[in-house]
Amino acid sequence: MNIDQAMDIRQQKILAALENKNTSVYFDDALDNEMILNMGPQHPATHGVLRLLIKLDGETVAACVPELGYLHRGYEKLAENVSYHEFIPHTDRLDYLSPLMNNTAYVLAVEKLVGIEAPKRVQYIRTIISEMARISSHLLGIGALAMDVGALTVFTWTFREREKMYDIFELLTGARFTTSFTRVGGLAHDMTPEVITAIKEFIAQFPEKLNECITMLNTNRIFVERMDGVGVITQDQAIAMGMSGPNIRAVGIEHDLRRTQPYLVYNELDFNIPVLNDGDCLARYYVRLNEVKESVKIVIQCLDKMPAGPVHANEPKKVLPRKEQIYTRMEELIHDFMLINFGVNPPVGEVYHAVEASKGELGFYIQSRGEGHPWRLKIRSPSFMNLQSTSLLVEGGMISDIVAVLGSLDPVMGEADK
Amino acid sequence: MLTTVIEKLKLHFSNSILDVREFRGETTICVNKADIVKVCTFLRDDESCSFNYCSDVCGADAYAPENRFEVIYNLYSLSYKHRIRLKIFVDESDLHCPSVISVWPGANWPERETYDMFGIIFDGHNDLRRMYMPEEFEYFPLRKDFPMMGVPDSIPLPRK
Repeated sequence: MNIDQAMDIRQQKILAALENKNTSVYFDDALDNEMILNMGPQHPATHGVLRLLIKLDGETVAACVPELGYLHRGYEKLAENVSYHEFIPHTDRLDYLSPLMNNTAYVLAVEKLVGIEAPKRVQYIRTIISEMARISSHLLGIGALAMDVGALTVFTWTFREREKMYDIFELLTGARFTTSFTRVGGLAHDMTPEVITAIKEFIAQFPEKLNECITMLNTNRIFVERMDGVGVITQDQAIAMGMSGPNIRAVGIEHDLRRTQPYLVYNELDFNIPVLNDGDCLARYYVRLNEVKESVKIVIQCLDKMPAGPVHANEPKKVLPRKEQIYTRMEELIHDFMLINFGVNPPVGEVYHAVEASKGELGFYIQSRGEGHPWRLKIRSPSFMNLQSTSLLVEGGMISDIVAVLGSLDPVMGEADK
Repeated sequence: MLTTVIEKLKLHFSNSILDVREFRGETTICVNKADIVKVCTFLRDDESCSFNYCSDVCGADAYAPENRFEVIYNLYSLSYKHRIRLKIFVDESDLHCPSVISVWPGANWPERETYDMFGIIFDGHNDLRRMYMPEEFEYFPLRKDFPMMGVPDSIPLPRK
C-alpha cells in the first residue's frame, strides 16, 4: 500500500465518523451553509497534537470528532519489555507538565504490587513534589487558557513562576523536566536543606504573584464573558463520561482521590477540595485557581511536619542500594546485581493504583507474573478520558468557543496518546 | 462494604460469576462474557453497589491456548468510594464481546483503544475505529506476538 492509498483510507474513515455522528444539535433555521473544518494536529490552541474534525453550520458547531494518536509512542508495549525501574524515566514523558507527579504515581502502584511501603520522610517529600508539580501544571493550564482567549500577558507571568519552580526541580533532581526522581521504595536521593530553603522562598513570594495574575483575569470582562456559560456539562454527563480532576469538581462532585482514597500523607494534612457547581469553562478555571492555593497550603504543612529519616525502605531485596555502598560492601553489590539483572520480581497478581494527578485520576494497572518486568501495564490517563467529552462540550456552541473549551479541559497529549 | 457487593453478585448471578480473587486488598471478579452487560447494569443501578463511575476498560493478552485475551473493567463508586474490578475472557477463535457503552458512555474510547491494541471487537459499539494507530494498520500492537520493534513497512512513510 502506498502513502496516497493510506491517506485516503484514513480520511474516509474519520469523515464517515463525522458524517454519521448522532448529534444532539438541531437548528431552528439552519443556514444550509455546511462546512467541514479540520483543526489541528498543529493548531496552537489544541495544546499539542490533537486533531478535531468539525462540521459547521455557519459559525455553530454541529458535530465534532476528535482524532488522537499523533503522539502515540507505545509506552504500554515498552513497559512489558523493560524492568520496573527502567520504566520510571518513561513516566516523565506522559504528562510532561508534571513529571514528578507521574513518577510518584507509578512507584506507588509498583510498591503496592510488591507489598512494601516507603518511609515517612519519603512520603512527605513525594507529597511536596506532587503538589509542586500540581502548582506548575495548573499555572500552565491557567496561563495557556488565558492566552487562548486573548489575554497574553498572564501566560508570561505564570511562566515566570514556573521557571522558578523548574529551577527548584533542577536543584532537587538534576533535571528540569525529565526528573525520574522516585525509586521503588524510596527516592533517588534526599531533599537537601538548600532545596527546602528554595521551596520556602518560592512559596513565600508566590501568593502575591498569583494574586497579580488573578487580578488580571477575574476582573477582565472579555475573559469572563468568553468563559461564562460556555462548554457546559451536567453532573450526570460528567460522571457517565468518566471525567476526573478539576473538570469533574467544576460540576459540583467532590471527587478527589486525595480525600476519598487517601494515599501518601494526605490524610494527615489540612486542605480543602474546591468544588463549584456551574460546569462551564469559568468554573473549571476557578477550580484550578483555588487548587493552586490549596497546594501552597499543603506544601507549607509538609515542610513543617516532615520528619528526618532514611529515604529508602529497609527492603534490601526490593530497593536499589546506595551507590557508595555498592562499591564498598559485598551484600549491597549482590543485591544491586540481582535487582538490575533480574528486577524486583513482585508476586503473581494484579493491582490498580490511582492518584489524583493535576489532570485527574492517573491510574496504573499492573499485571505481574512474578517476573522482573510487568506482564501488562495499563495507564489510565486522565487527559484521555477528559478529552472524550470534548465533542459533548463544543457541539451546539460557536466555533470560537472551541479554544476556550479545550483550554479549560487542560489536556496534555503526551498523556492522552501514551 | 465490598463483601455485600460480592454476596449480592453471587446471589443474583450465581451462574455468571466464574471466580472471585483477592490480592493486595483489591477484588477481581471474573464474569461470564455473555453476561457482562447485565452484571455491569446491576452494579451501576443497585443501591448498595452504585458503581456509577467507570475508571477504565482495558485489555490484556494472557498468551494462553484457551481464553487468550482478557478485558478488564476498573470500576469506582462515587457514593461509597470503593473499587472493584471485573474481568471477562475472550478466546482467540471468537474475538467478540459485548460493549458496555450503554451502561457507561465513558467506556467508548477505552473500548476503542482495546480494539486498537488487541483486536477485540465490542458488539454494540457505535464507532469502533482505531484509537491511536492509523486506520490501514493491519496488526494489533499490544498482542504478545507483535514484536516490540514493530513490523517493517507496516506503516507507509511519507514521500521524500
